[in-house]
Amino acid sequence: MIKDKAIIEVDRLNKSFGQNHVLRDFSLQLSEGENLVILGKSGSGKSVLIKCIIRLIEPDSGTISILDQDISLLDQDEMDLLRADVGFLFQSNALYDSMTIRQNLEFPLRRHWTKEERELKAESAVKEALEDVGLLHTIDMMPAELSGGMRKRIALARTIILKPKVILYDEPTTGLDPITGREISELMNRIQEKYNTASIIISHDMNCIRMTANRIIMLIEGKNYAEGTFENLIKNQDPKVGDFFEGL
Amino acid sequence: MSLLDKLDTPFFREVGEIARFTGRFFREVTKPKQEWEEFVNQSYHIGYKTFTLVGITAFIMGLVLTIQSRPTLVEFGADALLPSMVSVSLVREIAPVITALICAGKIGSGIGAELGSMRVTEQIDAMEVSGTNPFKYLVVTRVLASTVMVPILSSLAIAISLYGGYLGANLKGDVSWSLYWYQAYKALIYGDFVPAMVKTIFFGFAIGIVGCYKGYNSQKGTEGVGRSATTAVIVASLLVFILDLIAVQVADVLGLT
Repeated sequence: MIKDKAIIEVDRLNKSFGQNHVLRDFSLQLSEGENLVILGKSGSGKSVLIKCIIRLIEPDSGTISILDQDISLLDQDEMDLLRADVGFLFQSNALYDSMTIRQNLEFPLRRHWTKEERELKAESAVKEALEDVGLLHTIDMMPAELSGGMRKRIALARTIILKPKVILYDEPTTGLDPITGREISELMNRIQEKYNTASIIISHDMNCIRMTANRIIMLIEGKNYAEGTFENLIKNQDPKVGDFFEGL
Repeated sequence: MSLLDKLDTPFFREVGEIARFTGRFFREVTKPKQEWEEFVNQSYHIGYKTFTLVGITAFIMGLVLTIQSRPTLVEFGADALLPSMVSVSLVREIAPVITALICAGKIGSGIGAELGSMRVTEQIDAMEVSGTNPFKYLVVTRVLASTVMVPILSSLAIAISLYGGYLGANLKGDVSWSLYWYQAYKALIYGDFVPAMVKTIFFGFAIGIVGCYKGYNSQKGTEGVGRSATTAVIVASLLVFILDLIAVQVADVLGLT
């Protein structure tokens, strides 16, 4: 259920790489329980935006607030603690390939839970997260033994194990076949319902966007070019917007 | 053109980056909450899993050195000095440097490739977003493990190479077990052991820090991973020789030679 309270606020964000100005005074607000899709061409700065939000990349200017905290004012320890509330699903899944699935899922707990908590609750937390994505049987397998779709689910299980308030999805269905892509999109919706998370989803998979988006922001030339629901944008007459929805 | 402009070359920029990386290592290593479990794990991988290679190489090294030195000593009627010459050569120079070069090849490239692969597949970013300090978890543990394990491997290499030397001395000659070891130890002094051991600590540190630096800052996909591993070996091997040269000079100044 979407509430009015903003959980993430990005205000006039700028980021350049040399002469390439990828974000130009970009702003957005994400409300509690909302699924916000950022849609744009490859190389338009979508991934840069969510990496700035989680502070993997430092922006040149602008402010980002998560849960009412300006992240530029946080020291490393404070930022690490805040990261427990922000899950990040990488496009490449980024599973630790030298660890089993169990160890992959336990890894985020080591920073945020005490040793006693881990001994008491880690096993059940890992199993619950794996059950959520329907892959409990893979618990002692290695990532290399899994298919692309399964790896994506495991990465999602690792993302939700700390029960974050926000999840940032970086192209969650890219590289997957349409059926698996649809399953992942359904899974994202189920996760959102169960944990009442808000999400920012970077994608250009129209099926995924149609299934998950409450609101879409079109990131074109580094700016918030157009904004609205899927149904609104599909009717938009602007050619730059229309290009994305052509044939639908 | 000012001096600073002249120094603004890729080489000096790289040196500066390595210095900054090393500085970060010392900052992180002094902060509380170290990753001891991972340190032990890395020590096992770096130490135990390199031991066989170092052991075989050390044994052959001692054997070959003795076999090749013997004819010259016999020519001068000094074959009785063979154990002494072999032990001093192995302890002071050959065993520590060869061990370090093997480690630069195996450990340096291993760390460079592992961290490089983790970087390009976003595993290091995943650690960071999970709230774990990847520098502390990946870099500090590996550099510490390398710094601790290279001197241990070097000590074992010295012992094994001396056994090889004993075998070599008896292939064409006849030196008793007790006489060989008596002469080998008698020739050694405090000033042979200490500088050799101290420099292996620096060798281990250099191998670890270069491997981690190259891997941690890897770019450009799989090609970058390969380049990280290769340059880690080249730079670490070169550093071993440079550090060895410095160690010899310092030991000389301190009167330890």
